[in-house]
Amino acid sequence: MNSMFWEELFQQKIDNEIKIEPKDRMPEKYRQTLIRQISQHAHSEIVGMLPEGNWITRAPSLKRKAILLAKVQDEAGHGLYLYSAAETLGISRDEMYNQLHTGKAKYSSIFNYPTLTWADMGAIGWLVDGAAIMNQVPLCRTSYGPYARAMVRICKEESFHQRQGFEILLTLSKGTEAQKAMCQDAIDRWWWPSIMMFGPTDDASPNTEQSMRWKIKRFSNDELRQKFINMIAEQVKILGMTLPDPDLKWNEERKQYDFGKINWEEFWNVLAGNGPCNKQRLHARIKAWEDGAWVRDAALAYSEKKQTHKAA
Amino acid sequence: MKLYTNKFYYGDYGESKHGAADISSPQTNKQEWPLWEIFIRSRQGLDHKHVGSLHAVDAAMAIENARDVYTRRMEGISIWAVESKHIHASNPDDAANLYEPSNDKVYRHPTFYNLPDAIKHM
Ligand SMILES: [Fe+2]
Ligand SMILES: [Fe+2]
Repeated sequence: MNSMFWEELFQQKIDNEIKIEPKDRMPEKYRQTLIRQISQHAHSEIVGMLPEGNWITRAPSLKRKAILLAKVQDEAGHGLYLYSAAETLGISRDEMYNQLHTGKAKYSSIFNYPTLTWADMGAIGWLVDGAAIMNQVPLCRTSYGPYARAMVRICKEESFHQRQGFEILLTLSKGTEAQKAMCQDAIDRWWWPSIMMFGPTDDASPNTEQSMRWKIKRFSNDELRQKFINMIAEQVKILGMTLPDPDLKWNEERKQYDFGKINWEEFWNVLAGNGPCNKQRLHARIKAWEDGAWVRDAALAYSEKKQTHKAA
Repeated sequence: MKLYTNKFYYGDYGESKHGAADISSPQTNKQEWPLWEIFIRSRQGLDHKHVGSLHAVDAAMAIENARDVYTRRMEGISIWAVESKHIHASNPDDAANLYEPSNDKVYRHPTFYNLPDAIKHM
């Protein structure tokens, strides 16, 4: 079959909403794009456990501790679903870890910000998981089967994450003056980084529309960001709090919220490794990996021994 | 500045040389744990359905991990774990030859047979 022909067939399949499965023939660029996107998504879930895991021992009640534990465990699960989806494309788990640990692969820069108070657990659930959901729901229909199936499972679990976060803030917003201030402070710190989670603006990226054409992605960064801002700008009123953007206001003509200028320099800086916690996060990952080496080796040795025992 | 010319999408942060390479000593396992495919029966009376994969040294560990990874919300009551290397799959390129012929054997479908409306329950 000549190569022009099968690539056209491939695109036709995508246009007809037929999912691509692991053993199907696919353009190398499609495979590479997916490996990069899925593995970086997986890394984000895994690194994302760190800022929250930090607060498990300090949660203000047993109920909150149990909830936070469950959420962090979910994030570990999300990472595993995604690693497992990426492995169907022919990259090994070890290779993905290696890319993370050496800094070759990225993860969402939101996790390079510190979690300073308990209210941050609320702001993360509401804003960070909220932004993630906005992004992830369309990914449930992404063209690669294993990725789409992993996303369906993830989305089912995410909605509790956002709700528990909002509830934390709601509780604080009805508390003492100090608790209210803590709530507002967390929103102030997490707002801008969370709207950066949608990635650079559409016009700052004249390059390839390939991901859209391959239906790996279905909405542009700006479309999703706008939807998110419209949603949050309303929800924040229920908290009786404000978003730290003086330019934020309803535009009757556009039927959308206008918002202020995003500091992209900060975004690129954090992505490049210069955020407040980049080093710390990666250190924690690498340490966990290295400290766990003897356990991995021992488990393997044990199973080999058991096997030779059985054979004998 | 060069960075601005790339288009990144959600979950896609590009690839970059700068990062934390300076603090890590990339280290890989001597050997990766084997990969297992996990199948879950969600309810009594239903088939086991493939849900994904995971790494484990043996079947017992695969089932234990599958419980934590794939059934945190009562998604299942029974787990099968099969080491991935034991799964043999048909080749998708053969799909046309393998499954197509069924199309012209329309007489395999009940709708092929034209019977009087008077006949009930058939
Ligand atoms: Fe998640
Ligand atoms: Fe989450």
